[in-house]
Parts: sequence; structure tokens; C-alpha cells
Amino acid sequence: MALLEIKNLTQRFGGLQAVSDFNLRLEGGELMGLIGPNGAGKTTIFNLVSGFYSPSEGDIVFDGTNTRGLKPHSVTALGVGRTFQNIRLWYDMSVLDNIRLSQHYHLGYNVWDCFLRTPRYMRRERDIDKTAWEMLEAMDLKEFAQERPKNLPYGLQRRVEIARAMSIKPKLLLLDEPAAGLNSADVDGLIKLIRWLKSEFPITIWMIEHQMKVVMSLCTYIKVIDFGASIAEGLPEEVRSNPMVIQAYLGEEAV
Amino acid sequence: MKQRTLTIGLVILFVALAVSAQFGLVDRYIQSVIMLMGVNIILSASLNIINGYMGEFSCGHAAFMCVGAYVSSILSVLLFADNPFLGAPLLPAYLSVVLFPVVALIGGGVAAVSGLLVAIPSFKTRGDYLAIITIAANYIVISAVENLEVIGGPRGFMGMKQVVRAMDSVAKLPWMVIWVALGAWFSVFLIRRFVSSTYGKGAVAINQDEVAAEIMSINTNKIKVAAFMLSSGLAGVAGALFAHQYGYVNAQSFNILKSTECMVMVYLGGMGSLSGSVLSAVLFTLLLEVLRPLQIIKWVIVPLILILLMQFRPEGIMGNRELPDFFPWMRKFYRFK
Amino acid sequence: MDALIQNIINALQWGSFYALIALGYTLVYGVLLLINFAHGDIFMVGAYIAYFAAVFLLGGHGEGLGLPPLLVFGLTVPISMILTAGVGVTLERIAYRPLRRKGAHRLYVVITALMCGLVLENGNLALFGASRKKFPELVDKAVYTFGNVSVTNLKIMVIVAAVLVFLFLHFIVTRTRIGMAMRAISWDRLAIPLMGVPVDTVIVFTFVLGSGMAGLAGILFAMSYPILDPYMGAIIGWKAFIAAVVGGIGDIRGAFVGGFLLGFIEIGVVAFFPSTLRDLFAFTILLVILWIKPTGIFGVARTTKI
Repeated sequence: MALLEIKNLTQRFGGLQAVSDFNLRLEGGELMGLIGPNGAGKTTIFNLVSGFYSPSEGDIVFDGTNTRGLKPHSVTALGVGRTFQNIRLWYDMSVLDNIRLSQHYHLGYNVWDCFLRTPRYMRRERDIDKTAWEMLEAMDLKEFAQERPKNLPYGLQRRVEIARAMSIKPKLLLLDEPAAGLNSADVDGLIKLIRWLKSEFPITIWMIEHQMKVVMSLCTYIKVIDFGASIAEGLPEEVRSNPMVIQAYLGEEAV
Repeated sequence: MKQRTLTIGLVILFVALAVSAQFGLVDRYIQSVIMLMGVNIILSASLNIINGYMGEFSCGHAAFMCVGAYVSSILSVLLFADNPFLGAPLLPAYLSVVLFPVVALIGGGVAAVSGLLVAIPSFKTRGDYLAIITIAANYIVISAVENLEVIGGPRGFMGMKQVVRAMDSVAKLPWMVIWVALGAWFSVFLIRRFVSSTYGKGAVAINQDEVAAEIMSINTNKIKVAAFMLSSGLAGVAGALFAHQYGYVNAQSFNILKSTECMVMVYLGGMGSLSGSVLSAVLFTLLLEVLRPLQIIKWVIVPLILILLMQFRPEGIMGNRELPDFFPWMRKFYRFK
Repeated sequence: MDALIQNIINALQWGSFYALIALGYTLVYGVLLLINFAHGDIFMVGAYIAYFAAVFLLGGHGEGLGLPPLLVFGLTVPISMILTAGVGVTLERIAYRPLRRKGAHRLYVVITALMCGLVLENGNLALFGASRKKFPELVDKAVYTFGNVSVTNLKIMVIVAAVLVFLFLHFIVTRTRIGMAMRAISWDRLAIPLMGVPVDTVIVFTFVLGSGMAGLAGILFAMSYPILDPYMGAIIGWKAFIAAVVGGIGDIRGAFVGGFLLGFIEIGVVAFFPSTLRDLFAFTILLVILWIKPTGIFGVARTTKI
């Protein structure tokens, strides 16, 4: 069974067809790239996969579950973690709390436990705390645990956001332009980080990225879309020399 | 042991309060101010869940207070007092002492359910549009109560003095002071447990980035319902205490002006600061009492003071921090966890 | 049938007041995203300014100018509009602008606005006492009767004034340079100053427009219902605000549609039910509209981009 299967996915906003007839199958373990010019519909696809939009047509089956009609938090609970193009941390909360809060998917207690401080509540809060510290440790963020993200440099904010996505123990990690806004040293660090994540955790990564350096050095397979439709796919070298891709990025004359 | 210091201190404070009220060391007037303080603490702390922690803008908090006040009053009069509409007391007077907290909690429970009136629209609506829904809810509740002739309509509802007398017949104690103090402690206790849990901090996540909250597996609708119900339920408890303290309720005492007072206390104390809410409720009550001799001019001076305060300290007294953040020695006695 | 037409006319007049006040809310909100809760009280101040201006100009108690009523009317309208606009701008300058400069949380500005409203209300009460003021009659009342329907010249005047104000503001917002700046600021407050638009001037202009219209509503209201009291602005103000939101706050058409809608609902309820049920029905209907269409009739949902 495939980890993620997207069949005939179409999304319309009013008259605009943002995604048309998109298909994808991830078996599990890949490091997939999704590229395409600005406005091609890449983030829309991510939003559809994470349940933020409900698709106009088509189906998304994650790990055997059709996600149609599921709210984003339930989709996430199935094991889909993601980051955002513009970092969306909870800026005014400690880094530790940022990590802890993304464990709502297996909170394991209800509001009454929280009023009564039942043994179950105490146990779960301890576990959440422990998991969060382990994640901070693993991601090398321990020293920033009590900082607020708004006071951290951009590169670290990215790292915190990835840590937050990882702390939901995702099977599939969606990275939306993780290298955007990073300087070249940070980009090298990011590439290392993603490689390490891939080797350390049993995850599948699917990322949108514009920086060719990142895409070419990380991705094992690349899908290219333009105007919401898939125009090419293949290994990094194949895609790089594909005339359709060059045309989409550089325009008609460049071919 | 030191963690218990706060609890012990509070118990001593409560007992001292009750004893001094009992032996007439503080007169009725001061007692009433203290009770008002307690009710205001509940109101500001409970509204802080919504307007502070969750960052919504609820302007109709008094509506839930109204629901709690009326429901509990009718129930307690039905059970423990003679009333031309509701008949003779159903239960013997000695039970009133045991059952009053239950009655107040039922009032709070009904108020919590009425909180759904605002919680459900909040799934789709945020910010100023939700503010309107809360204002409209405030008007609707008051107007509905005023149109119910059975419970006195615009004339109000009374008889709760008899209930308090029934408690007095069991033991001559300053009952309402005790209940209000317990109610305030109970509310702050619950709210503290809520907002310091991973569950309740979901509300803060909604405040700071709702999209991220939902995508990071926080069930935002569930948290909103919990937060609104807790907030309006505690407002209902405050209403129940308020009604029994005065022995008389009138829908107009829960109008938009009362809601404004609640908001003022929250923003004065600081959004998302529980100790700030408690502090501002105490200060605000004192301020109103100190200025009472000025009569109508009071209502010019108080807003002016607040306007000035906003100019010089736009984040409120405490910002979104707690007392121990300012005075680290307090951490020994009180951990916000 | 006659009763229906009569009620429609009443609703139009009643709705005109709501519309004129709702407008001030909507204009300020459109530019600053600020709920100017003091606006209802600015309307009240407008009515009082009109009262004092009219009494002074009419004279009669051995003081004042003793001018003929019609001339007094002609002078009172601009005087109360200008002075009320001044009150609105003053609030913006001394209370809202400093907070904005400090980057205070939006809600603190809203609370300040609420407090300003209380100061106006209670300051008025403290200064002039609780006795209600009787507004002098400035225009001879003429009643036109068609069948069983009677219309006073005042009602016609109110409705016409509301329509003219709508056309005027619609023109300003859609056709003039400053109107364009007003719309632009509401979309992007950061970029607009960079484009060379004098933001503070535009904001002051907005307050002038909104408060001026509240002043106009004040004098028209005082002429139609000639008893003034300090709390008259609060309840009408809150309702007009809700009307503005139901219409879609930030949109001038919304303020008018919302205002008239509220007028029709209220008059309609009173026509069929006891008048004590008016608020209950009116607010419930408005609430239902907001449940169905959370951004109001003309409001556009701003989608969150992620």
C-alpha cells in the first residue's frame, strides 16, 4: 500500500483552476521534490494534502485513509507534518511550548482531566514534556528552549519550525520552501539537516523548493508543475534537461 | 512544602475574612466591597480566557452573568423561599447551606451552555465580526429576560434574601462573604489549571496563529468551545453570587455597560495575565468605591484615568506576564504550572 | 395597505438615522480597522451642539440673537456638523493617534474609544444635569396626506438627506483621490505611506466625514424626536454599529443597507408584536444573518494565505 496516493486532484477557486488533474504516488521513503514557477499551484497542493482546503475533485489517500472531509488537525494526526513558506511559529510562546503544543494529536486527556489534574493528566503532561525535550535535544535547539521564536534569527526559526513539524512524529513531512530567505551557510546547514532527518527517522519527505542547489542535492525524484498541471517528472538530471521545464521557467524564447 | 504556602496563605486569609465579618470587625459596607471584588475577580479572570489568552474580542460577557444570575436565583428561590409564583420552599432550610454551591454551579452550567451561542459562530468568524455577535447576544439575553413576565420581566426578580436568611437559620455566619471568596478562589484555580495545561495553551496558539494551530494537530473548534464554555460558565457563577449578594436581580444590571466593565478589567490587568486580571479587578473595585462620593463625575474620572493609563502603559498593568515574572522570589511560593 | 405604506415611510426615516450613524463606524473602520465605540456618543454630542446653537441663535430668553427660525435652521446644520466633526477629530488626535504611534494592541485603542464614549456621556450629564432638553421647533411642521398615509416634511427631509449623503460619500470614496487613498489604507497600511500618501491627513479627513455625518444625524434626530438626553447616543450607536457590520463593515453601501434593514426590522416588529419585543427580534434576526454570512452583506472575506 502506498503511503500517499493522490488521484485526479483538481482545485478550483471561483473561475481559477489552481490545480488540475494532479496525480502522485509515494510508496514511502522517498525524498520527493515539487518544483514549478511562482503561482503554479504548489502550495495549493500542500494545502490540499494537509486538509486546509477540501478538493473540488479527486481523492487524497494517506496511509489507507481517504482524507476527504477531514479537518486539518485530523489529517495531521494521521501523520502529515508540514512547515510553511512564511514561517508560522507561535511567536510569543517559548520554543519549548511551540514543540509541546504540536502534540495535541495524542493528548490523551480531556478538559476534565486538566481541571482535576488526574494521574492520567500528570502522566501525559510528563510524557509530552519528555518528548519535547528529546526533540529539542535531537534538533540541537536545547539552549533556545525558553526563548521566544520572535527573538531568534531566521535560520533558527526555520529549524524550530521543522522541529515542531517533526514532533508530531510524521510519516510524511511536507516542507514548503524550507530554504526561502536563508543565506548560503544556512542553506548548507538545512541540506545537512534534511539528510540527517531522512537517515534518523522513518519518514518520507516531500518538498517545494526554488533553490536548485537544494533540490538537486537532496531529491531522489522531482515533479514539475505549471498552471496547476503536472508537466514533467523524473530523476533530477532528467528534469533539469527537460525542454518543457526550461520553457516553463524561462519562457518560450529560451528553448 | 513551600508550594503549599500560597494555599495556606489563602486559607488563612479566607478564615480571617470570615471571622472578622462574623464578629463585626468589618462592617457591612466593607463586606459588600469585598464581595464585589470577588465577583469582579471572577468576571475579569474568566473574560481573560477569551479576550486575553485566546485573543478574541467578546463584548457581551455580562450576558452569561445574567443567565447564571437568573437561573440560580430562580432555582434557589424555588427550593428555599416563599414566592408568589414558585410557591412554598420545596426543601427544608438547612439544606440551603449544602445546596447553594450546587445551585450556583447549575447557574454556571446553564450559562456555559448559553456560551455556545457565541462559541459556534466563532468557528467561522473572528475578530470584529465575533465582537458583534457577542454584543447582539448581550442584547438578546437581556431583552429575552425582560420579556419573560414569569420571572418579573423588566421589574427584576427577588427573594434571594430569604435564601440567605435560610442559610443564616442554620448557622449565623457571613455566608455570602464565604461563598464569594470560595467562588473567586475556585474560578481562579480552574482557570489557572486550564491555561497552564497543554490543552488550554491551545487557546494561546489560536491567538498567535490559528492556521498553524489547526495544522499542528490542535482541534481549534474543540478548544474554542471549551474556552467559551469555561469563560461563560464562570461568568454565570459570578452572576449567581452577585444575585444572592444583593438579593435582587434586574436584567438591566447586566447590560453592555457591565460588559464594558469586564473588558476594562481585562485590558487594565493585561491580556493573558491571570494575576493581572485579579489585581486589576481589586484595583478597579477600589477605585470605583473611593470615587463613589463624586457620584456622576466618577464616571467621567474613571474613564479618563483609564484613557491616561492606556496612553502610558498600553499593554495593561502586567502585559501578558504573571507576578512571579516580575518578582522572582515569588517563584518559591507560587509556580504558574 | 395604507398602514403598510405608512410603516415603510417610518422605517425609511428610522433607518436613515441608523444609516447616517453607521456610516461613521464604517468609514473609520474601513481606514483604521478601529471600532470607534465613541461614535454613538459623538452623535449625541452633535444633537446637543445643535440644541445649544439653535437656542442661542433663536434667542428668546433675553439673550441670544433672535434670528428667524428658518435662518436658524440653515445655520445650525453647518454649525453642528462642523463642531461635531471637530469633536471627532479631537478624539482621534488626543486619544487614538498617540496609541497608534506607540503600536499599542488594536484592542487597547478600542477600549480607549469605549472610555471616550463614557466620558462624553457622563461629562454631558455632569455638566448639564439629568433634565432632558426640549429641542426648539425650527421648521414649521407640514403634514402631507395621501389617502390615509400622512408624511411630514421632516420625514421627507431626513430620508432625502440620508440619500444625498450616501451619494456624496459614494462619490468621494470611489471617484476622488482622497477616497482612493482611504480605500488603499484599509488594504495595506504599511505600503501606503511609502507611496507618498499622507496617512494622517487621510485619517483626519475620515473622522471629519464620519463625525460630520453624525452631527447631521444629531440635528435631524433632535428635530424629529425633540427630547435630548445624554444616553440617547449609546443605544442608537450600538445598534447602528451592528447595522454597519451586518451590511459589511468598511463598505459604505453596507452601512446604508444595514441601517435601513435594521430600520425596517424594528418598525416591522413593532407593527405586529408588542414593542418590548423589538430588540429581541431585531438582534436575533441580525445574529442569524451573521451566522449565515459572517462577513455581512457586502463584506468580502479576506482569505488567509498560507
